[in-house]
Amino acid sequence: MTDGRRAGPISRGLQRIGATALFAFRLLAACGPALARPGLIVEQIYNAGGRSLIIIMLSGMSTGAVLGLQGYNLLQRFGSTEVLGVAVALSLLRELGPVLTALLFAGRAGTALTSEIGLMRATDQLTAMDIMAVDPVRYVAAPRFLGGFIAMPLLTAVFNIAGLYGAQLIGVQMMGVERGSFWSQMQSSVELRDVTEGIVKSLVFGFLVSLIAVYEGYHTDATAEGVGLATTRTVVASSVLTLVVDYMLTAAFL
Amino acid sequence: MTEPASQATAPLDAAGDVVVDARDVHYAIGGRKIFSGLTLRARRGRITAVMGPSGTGKTTLLRLITAQAYADSGEVLVWGREVASLGRREVFAMRRRMGMLFQNGALLTDLDVFENVAFPLREHTNLSEPLIRDLVLTKLQAVGLRGAARLLPSELSGGMARRVALARAIVMDPELLIYDEPFVGLDPIGLGMILRLIQMMNEALGLTSIVVSHDVHELATIAHDSYLISEGRVMASGTPRELGESGSPIVRQFLSGSPDGPVPFHYPAPDYAEELLEGAGR
Repeated sequence: MTDGRRAGPISRGLQRIGATALFAFRLLAACGPALARPGLIVEQIYNAGGRSLIIIMLSGMSTGAVLGLQGYNLLQRFGSTEVLGVAVALSLLRELGPVLTALLFAGRAGTALTSEIGLMRATDQLTAMDIMAVDPVRYVAAPRFLGGFIAMPLLTAVFNIAGLYGAQLIGVQMMGVERGSFWSQMQSSVELRDVTEGIVKSLVFGFLVSLIAVYEGYHTDATAEGVGLATTRTVVASSVLTLVVDYMLTAAFL
Repeated sequence: MTEPASQATAPLDAAGDVVVDARDVHYAIGGRKIFSGLTLRARRGRITAVMGPSGTGKTTLLRLITAQAYADSGEVLVWGREVASLGRREVFAMRRRMGMLFQNGALLTDLDVFENVAFPLREHTNLSEPLIRDLVLTKLQAVGLRGAARLLPSELSGGMARRVALARAIVMDPELLIYDEPFVGLDPIGLGMILRLIQMMNEALGLTSIVVSHDVHELATIAHDSYLISEGRVMASGTPRELGESGSPIVRQFLSGSPDGPVPFHYPAPDYAEELLEGAGR
């Protein structure tokens, strides 16, 4: 095996991708047994999802408010402010909801996952489990991965609802767009495939961000510096991958 | 130094008595040699001390015994089976027969003391809740911490954490108990408690114990067999008394704690005067 520290950046990158893929298979194999302990998974859904709710709702509302304001200004030039609801809903459901939730999730829950598992590695807790003949991937990594994967679409839905509320607050209540046309246009123009696109994206992002967070934590160097670096890598890799994969999924859906 | 326990005079070479048998082990990490021909044995019912200066691979030896790492060449046999030849299931089966005490205790931080000790029972047995409770309280009583059952690991002192970890390590009634630097960072009272517990576990439960440490004098009071490792191999072995009588310079330096000797005070460097003059001539 090539020593990762001596390899070039491309070779190192490929090694990391390969190692993450292998870890993903191990993790997925451990998810079945982990499902036998629903209590552990519910706890992780709360940790990853419940604790991110406030930040997701606030961000969703702000994003919706900005969309309402910008959309109104733009549409007013063409005299078609009644389609504001549609514009906001499509932007949120298809793009901004899943992408921004994934980025926020990486910063809030992803870093928490990485640092928690990383600290468990640094304080020998994972090794201790291994020595007690308990597989740490099954007991620690799989429930956290499943928790993140399940929480992401739920958080995306919350983000979208908060965003729509923010947009109507600005568009309807402040700018004076007619309430009926705001909602009815949205109802008649948003199709099932728009919602599906958002759901698929949030599932894919949930898989990727949770996998990266758990992988980085599990393979962190057992030092304080190592945990810090792993946490940074989680945010950077998750954010970049989210944006790149978003483009691919958008292209696939069009 | 006190020669401990009557078992010190037990027959040494009965093959069935050997629990851990490392034979001519070679091991390197990232090109750096850790072991080059290490050979040692731990026998049933005895406390085997593995000592050596920091960085000599004492903890690495434990990783080889517990199948967390594998020797590059040579053999590590545990209960007569070569560790490297075991599959994952067999490794887990082997580990269920052993307990390990980590330097920092390695308690699970999100579980309280009771649940930490109960953890292996819940994972590996289908015992009823009242039985688990009784077993956990018995083990906590043995380490003197029954009253701390509901405390979290963050509320424990270093010595207490290590005693809880010891209770967890013995809760499955292992045959082999491995201690990794059990005395590091403890005050004299905590150190005395751990020392007493190691001896008590060994005698009362009939365990085989391997203690890795550089606390020579503490270990000498409880160990039946001692190994001093340095430069990747065993430099001296025997009872603590035999080690004390060794004429080997490295053994003498280690036991007396001399700052200079075969293990030099200075890290290898260019000539001191030359380096200073080089700087002055700039």
